[in-house]
Amino acid sequence: MIPASFDYHAPGTLPEALALLSKYGDDAKVLSGGQSLLPLLKLRLGQTGHLIDIGRIPGLEYIREEGGLLRIGGRTRESALEGSEVIRSRYPILHDTAKVIADPLVRNMATLGGNLAHGDPGNDHPATMLALGAQVVATGPKGERVIPIEQFFLGLFRTALRPDEVLTEIRIPVPPARSGGAYLKLERKVGDYATAAAAAQVTLGSGGAIERVGLALTNVGPTPVKAVDAEKFLVGKKPDAATLGEAAQRAAKAASPSADRRGSVEYKREMARVLATRALKLAVERAGGR
Amino acid sequence: MQPRTSPEVGGMGHSMKRKEDPRFIRGKGNYVDDIVLPGMLWMDIVRSPFAHAKIKSINTEKALKVPGVLAVITGETLAKYNLHWMPTLMSDTQMVLPTEKVMYQAQEVAAVIATSRYAAADGVDAVEVDYDPLPVVVDPFKALEPNAPILRTDKKDKKDNRIFHWEAGDRAATDKAFAEADVTVKQALYIPRIHVASIETCGCIADFDRVNGKLTVYMTTQAPHAIRTVFALVAGHVGLSEERIRIVSPDIGGGFGGKVPVYPGYVIATAASVVIGKPVKWIEDRMENLQADSFARDYHITAELAARKDGTITALRMKTLADHGYTDAAANPSKFPAGLFSICTGSYDVSKAFVEVDGVYTNKPPGGVAYRCSFRVTEAIHAIERITDVLAQELKMDPAELRMKNFIPKEKFPYKSALGWEYDSGDYEPALRLAMDKIGYAALRKEQAEKRARGELMGIGISSFTEILGAGPSKHFDILGIKMFDSCELRIHPTGKAIARFGTKSQGQGHETTYAQIIAEELGIPASVVQVEEGDTDTAPYGLGTYASRSTPTAGAAGAMAARKIREKAKKIAAYLLEVSEDDLVWEPGKFSVKGAPSRSKTIQEIAFAAYTNHPPGMEAGLEAVNYYDPPNLTFPFGSYICVVDIDRGTGMVKIRRFVAVDDCGNIINPMIVDGQIHGGLTMGMAPALLEEISYDENGNNQAGSFMDYLVPTAVESPSWETFKTVTPCPHHPLGAKGVGESATVGAPPAIVNAVVDALSHLGVKHVDIPITPEKVWRLLKEKGVAE
Amino acid sequence: MAMHDIQVTVNGAPYDAQVESRLLLVHLLRDQLRLTGTHIGCDTTHCGACTVLLDGQPVKSCTVLAVQANGRQISTVEGLEKEGKLHPLQEGFWEKHGLQCGYCTPGMLMTTCALLEKNKNPSEADIREAISGNLCRCTGYNNIVKAVQFAAERLRKEA
Repeated sequence: MIPASFDYHAPGTLPEALALLSKYGDDAKVLSGGQSLLPLLKLRLGQTGHLIDIGRIPGLEYIREEGGLLRIGGRTRESALEGSEVIRSRYPILHDTAKVIADPLVRNMATLGGNLAHGDPGNDHPATMLALGAQVVATGPKGERVIPIEQFFLGLFRTALRPDEVLTEIRIPVPPARSGGAYLKLERKVGDYATAAAAAQVTLGSGGAIERVGLALTNVGPTPVKAVDAEKFLVGKKPDAATLGEAAQRAAKAASPSADRRGSVEYKREMARVLATRALKLAVERAGGR
Repeated sequence: MQPRTSPEVGGMGHSMKRKEDPRFIRGKGNYVDDIVLPGMLWMDIVRSPFAHAKIKSINTEKALKVPGVLAVITGETLAKYNLHWMPTLMSDTQMVLPTEKVMYQAQEVAAVIATSRYAAADGVDAVEVDYDPLPVVVDPFKALEPNAPILRTDKKDKKDNRIFHWEAGDRAATDKAFAEADVTVKQALYIPRIHVASIETCGCIADFDRVNGKLTVYMTTQAPHAIRTVFALVAGHVGLSEERIRIVSPDIGGGFGGKVPVYPGYVIATAASVVIGKPVKWIEDRMENLQADSFARDYHITAELAARKDGTITALRMKTLADHGYTDAAANPSKFPAGLFSICTGSYDVSKAFVEVDGVYTNKPPGGVAYRCSFRVTEAIHAIERITDVLAQELKMDPAELRMKNFIPKEKFPYKSALGWEYDSGDYEPALRLAMDKIGYAALRKEQAEKRARGELMGIGISSFTEILGAGPSKHFDILGIKMFDSCELRIHPTGKAIARFGTKSQGQGHETTYAQIIAEELGIPASVVQVEEGDTDTAPYGLGTYASRSTPTAGAAGAMAARKIREKAKKIAAYLLEVSEDDLVWEPGKFSVKGAPSRSKTIQEIAFAAYTNHPPGMEAGLEAVNYYDPPNLTFPFGSYICVVDIDRGTGMVKIRRFVAVDDCGNIINPMIVDGQIHGGLTMGMAPALLEEISYDENGNNQAGSFMDYLVPTAVESPSWETFKTVTPCPHHPLGAKGVGESATVGAPPAIVNAVVDALSHLGVKHVDIPITPEKVWRLLKEKGVAE
Repeated sequence: MAMHDIQVTVNGAPYDAQVESRLLLVHLLRDQLRLTGTHIGCDTTHCGACTVLLDGQPVKSCTVLAVQANGRQISTVEGLEKEGKLHPLQEGFWEKHGLQCGYCTPGMLMTTCALLEKNKNPSEADIREAISGNLCRCTGYNNIVKAVQFAAERLRKEA
């Protein structure tokens, strides 16, 4: 329960932080909320020579809509997302997601940036961000670069973030009218990672057909799974039960879960299907569909 | 039952606020890890990653170079003092530190002593152990096969992995009854390993004072005196004599049976302190606690009932394989290697019964009776309540009706069961009827029928249990030879206040309040001024500790008896003060008065003062008494629980919609505390039913070694429990009380399982093993073609 | 490894400390400041026995480094009682038997203290959700809910 020794730095500005990251390279880790990193260090499952705490840098916690985007600072706390009226009313999928991350105490420290940057397929935001078509802003010594979320998750605990970069912002396109989303998570108990979870965000056309859809799954593969085939299938169709069911089938096919105590491969894949069906249904309802 | 005393006095029946709470609500509890002694060192333990392996070498060179590390203790060190092995409470033997091989994953291999907690952890990381893995045995059935590796190579001439065979009842008569029965049912059930996981883990501070030759150990223990005697027996040869050993059990953050065993950590810390001459603190972390400390359950049971066509049960047969881990370190009374499992005829009038239990060694940590089980009563009642429902399903009879038909009728108490127990008192039918009324049983059955027609799944499960507590009468009960009485030493001060010391040890059960209430009941001294102490072996009278819900039945009775002795002396003093004969006196709580002249009276306070200032000539001064209570029998609380569940056809998740618990624990000391015990027990009953399990892969790797995978329920999973009572006093206990601490852990799991099976019984499902995970349910739904 | 000089304010009182980078906040509080009311119950950030308020927010102090708390306000259970007067939550836990062994209690008190700041009239579901990061083995949670409801009512009356 006691970590091995490391050095700790608390830079007051982003350039300072980036300089430290450049200096120590692979031997440094960013400390944001610490709710994924510190547990690893305490169990000595991970080791690092230097922790670069970005918690003292002002201007990294915010939630604002501007220029057609919902912009969230990388260090924004999960509890802030959960408590945000803007998010609750206009991005219910994100509200759903924040609410089921770990437990309320962890959410007071855990950050959105950390949840994405850790690269853990068990984390909840990745699937939601895939469904929303978000963008990740990575700030490095040479400035900002914008990474589409579909290109962000590379493998187990691997993201497109470079060792000398900090995830400073997430950008979500403001959904058009007649949009709705939902995140449904099956967990063994509060605080657990997902046995499986599904994130669905839809926009309906004036005729009631699906105009745009994002569908992604949590913890059923080494990275979050974007159900591309299911999405393609849904566009242009009316969201009746049979259509949603078929889409969920396709989404489940895209999953490659591993067996563990949460379930066998078969069960998890089936749960991905069940949850995808239910998430799509709820997203459609929230979009003003049936 | 109306209390006999006023709320100010706070005798039995009053829900008085707990006297121990002021320190806990302020964060001023005194738990072992809160204690700091001058010069104290820290100990941390190196543990084996392998379940079975030879130790080739232990290299401490790097560890000794870590700043702050003073020493590394290994089995070789302890072997010099013959302390590397020690007896278990079941007269088997266990390793303190190994010299040859390890026998379970997370077994203690070496201990690092350092000047700080953090240095000790670094030291552990730096110890290098070279292992030679050996074949692992985790399946108890495989352990019994002829070609299985023999695990206990330390036992000369041991040719197998068997520990014991135990049986009770009449095999021949039972077999005959089965052969002649109209109907027989048989069900195999596995009750997996679980772990108490009290929020405080185990630990100690061993402090050997070289000058006075005295060892003091602050320890998370439920049985301080037993520990002291074990230490004296084990370490007597190195000069630790019982009068120079003091065990102090301070505030304990939950016990539930997990803090009864003598863990190697305690012994190693003690050895380290004796050798170094400084206090040594050892506090295990949660993963060590879950992976190495005493487990519970791990019983493979085959249960059978024989019955007549009309549902009358005629015989019961049970065969069990008990997986004990690598040594028998359960904390049962010595004559009962399978605990009180023979309570498995339960609440039913079964004339012929036979049970047998075989214990076996495997490469797992030892234990067996932690987790609030009353010595295997959880296993026994789970089996009988399940097989009763299996019978009901077979006969197409309502499970409530089947139970009513077979309950031991009130007139038959005291009831001699076919397996040898004399149940003290019971009135089972009203409890079940009350539960059915409170849950709205008839309406629920109607709702179930309607839902079934629509393809929705809901179930109603009943559990009507009989508990067996209060171990126990000296005729049959001992632990390592020490009889299982318990004790109270009570002293009244001149100003009428009191101090009462007991041989038990609360870990949250509220003894500082309930014992004071017993004294208040018997003497009329307000409970608020009765100081209760437990846990320091230098001052408390000898007792066997608190577990298996034995405190109220044994030490509570001792308190009442000690108070009665004081009342006898008080009567003499009162007669002297009032100048009447004792026969002329009448007692009401708090005072003696003269028959027919009630204004002529002496309060207990006046009498207490007189005991020191004006006692009768020829009588000793003072007002105190000691009682060592040998209970004449065990006690048999009982109850009926009904659980309603709804099942999600898509995910297999089981949701408890409602849970009604009717408990009968005899006369109640503090209703609020009793309810608290029941609530806690219900959550600890639901946990193994739906969430908790310690399992091992074929290499003996623990699959649930942290709270990540050992799923302790939160307030969200735990339902809002509804509790009710009936009261059937215990005829032999001085207060008519029976005890209640574990009833709910016993009664709840089968109620939940029965509800789930009931939800699926129309599809042909007969049984599900616990924990009932969503996947288990989903597989059944899939198999039956009803998954969403 | 470098030591860090930090200053924390605990229950309104400033403390200076010199700490290793890796020192957990819970160990700073318990071992260095001798405020042993905050407890340790696990090693995987599950049990919540270590809950304290950090700038008013309940957090698990076993998963916060002492250095992260530099310059910040910490409230522990020892700070709930003010000049001999118990906090209504402490009254509620006592009154309603919301504790048995007392080990999870400080964490429960701090979490629910923060809850009642935000939500003056929490429902049973609100309370259960708020304490879902705090494990209790003894009480079965029923009476903890009652204790919090008692305190909420008391606070509403006092307001």
